[in-house]
Amino acid sequence: MSLFVILLSALLVNNFVLVRFLGICPFMGVSKQVESAVGMGLATTFVMVVASAATWLIQTFILQPFGLPFLQNMAFILVIAAMVQLVEMFLHKTSPGLYRAMGIFLPLITTNCAILGLAIMAVQDAYTFIQTVVFALGGGLGFTLALILLAGIREDLRFSDIPEPLQGAGIAFIVAGLLSLAFSGFAGLV
Amino acid sequence: MNTIFVSLISMGSIAALSAFGLSVASKKFAVETDPRIDEIEDVLPGVNCGACGYAGCRSFAENVAGGEAPANGCPVGGAEVAKLVAAIIGVESDGPRRQVAQVLCKGGLEEAKQKGTYDGPRDCRIANATQGGDKVCSFGCLGYGSCVDACPFDAMYMDDNGLPVVIEDKCTACGKCVEACPRDIITLVDVEQGVHIRCRSLLTGRFVRQACSVGCIACQRCVKTCPTGAIYMEDNLARINYDLCTNCQECVAVCPMNTIEWQEGKGLLEKEATG
Repeated sequence: MSLFVILLSALLVNNFVLVRFLGICPFMGVSKQVESAVGMGLATTFVMVVASAATWLIQTFILQPFGLPFLQNMAFILVIAAMVQLVEMFLHKTSPGLYRAMGIFLPLITTNCAILGLAIMAVQDAYTFIQTVVFALGGGLGFTLALILLAGIREDLRFSDIPEPLQGAGIAFIVAGLLSLAFSGFAGLV
Repeated sequence: MNTIFVSLISMGSIAALSAFGLSVASKKFAVETDPRIDEIEDVLPGVNCGACGYAGCRSFAENVAGGEAPANGCPVGGAEVAKLVAAIIGVESDGPRRQVAQVLCKGGLEEAKQKGTYDGPRDCRIANATQGGDKVCSFGCLGYGSCVDACPFDAMYMDDNGLPVVIEDKCTACGKCVEACPRDIITLVDVEQGVHIRCRSLLTGRFVRQACSVGCIACQRCVKTCPTGAIYMEDNLARINYDLCTNCQECVAVCPMNTIEWQEGKGLLEKEATG
């Protein structure tokens, strides 16, 4: 499978949020403003790439040779949590501005199921290291795309005449559903 | 058995490696924050009321440590906190005198005459902006308790006479009630002061009598009686200069309207008369 197909697949056809329904929590929580959506999306993309590379190494050089694939979830969660902590410290030191902009999002990413899901899917599909990284990049960009799309719509929704019971989260879920429906149009592309 | 050992060792070593990496990173990437910020935050009241003018206690602590805010800038903590904060940042401060809110109106339901019935929202600001409440006096307490609602420390309540009462032990002089009152009836006064002129009416005696049985009629007896010259007359209203008042209570005795009130339990003060 060519790298471009993997990228496109993760980005659009099998979009993590809108098609696979992973990582819904930040998708609804951090999609009120485009600005914070971009920050969250890029932070997630970054963590996805780093974490998937780390989990691929763990899987290939520790879990498989020792016959421990049943420890996959535990080992991956451990590594992802450690990675996120590391990234957080690194950002806090090197770029306080970005650190403040991401704020609570970074620690939140630790428990984002999209990242764990991505690591496990990469193993299931038996990707090589490069393929895994490209898959993670596509997944992260897809997550960012979905987040920005919803945030952009929600920003405009503030000026719309929304029925009272649907205001806030209600209309956001409906919009998210419609977005998901739109993304189903990509099905069969790859 | 073998699987268990391999699992233990491999997972253990992954965890140990991560822990080691993280601890090294936490040293290497440690961001140096002023440790005094945390210390100051610890001694602050922590209610994040914003009375200091900063966005919460943490922000105030940061500004104190940075030299932007004064050590005694927390009106809620008072002298005690000011001393602790001052000790942390290494300056001398005896802190501000502790203040409490005083309600400068005695015209409750019994004393103040009604001009009609107000049945709008029970909020002083709305009442003041629409019909001016239901009392004749346009300077006095409206009696709808916006100050009590604003108090974050439960230090105020409305008594049966429709006037707010300050529980001085609980009052922290945060000033929320002062802001909430649309008629500027509440002020912050040094806690040791016990003599208060509880009226804000600027009308002459005749009109005050028509509106209220306890209002200041500007008879000037208190001004003449006061041995330290702490009371003066301005715009038909006796006013007290707390810097000079010694709590001698002579004005309380001569006030014909009982406008001037002595709070039981406060002692005499020694002050040098400068005026």
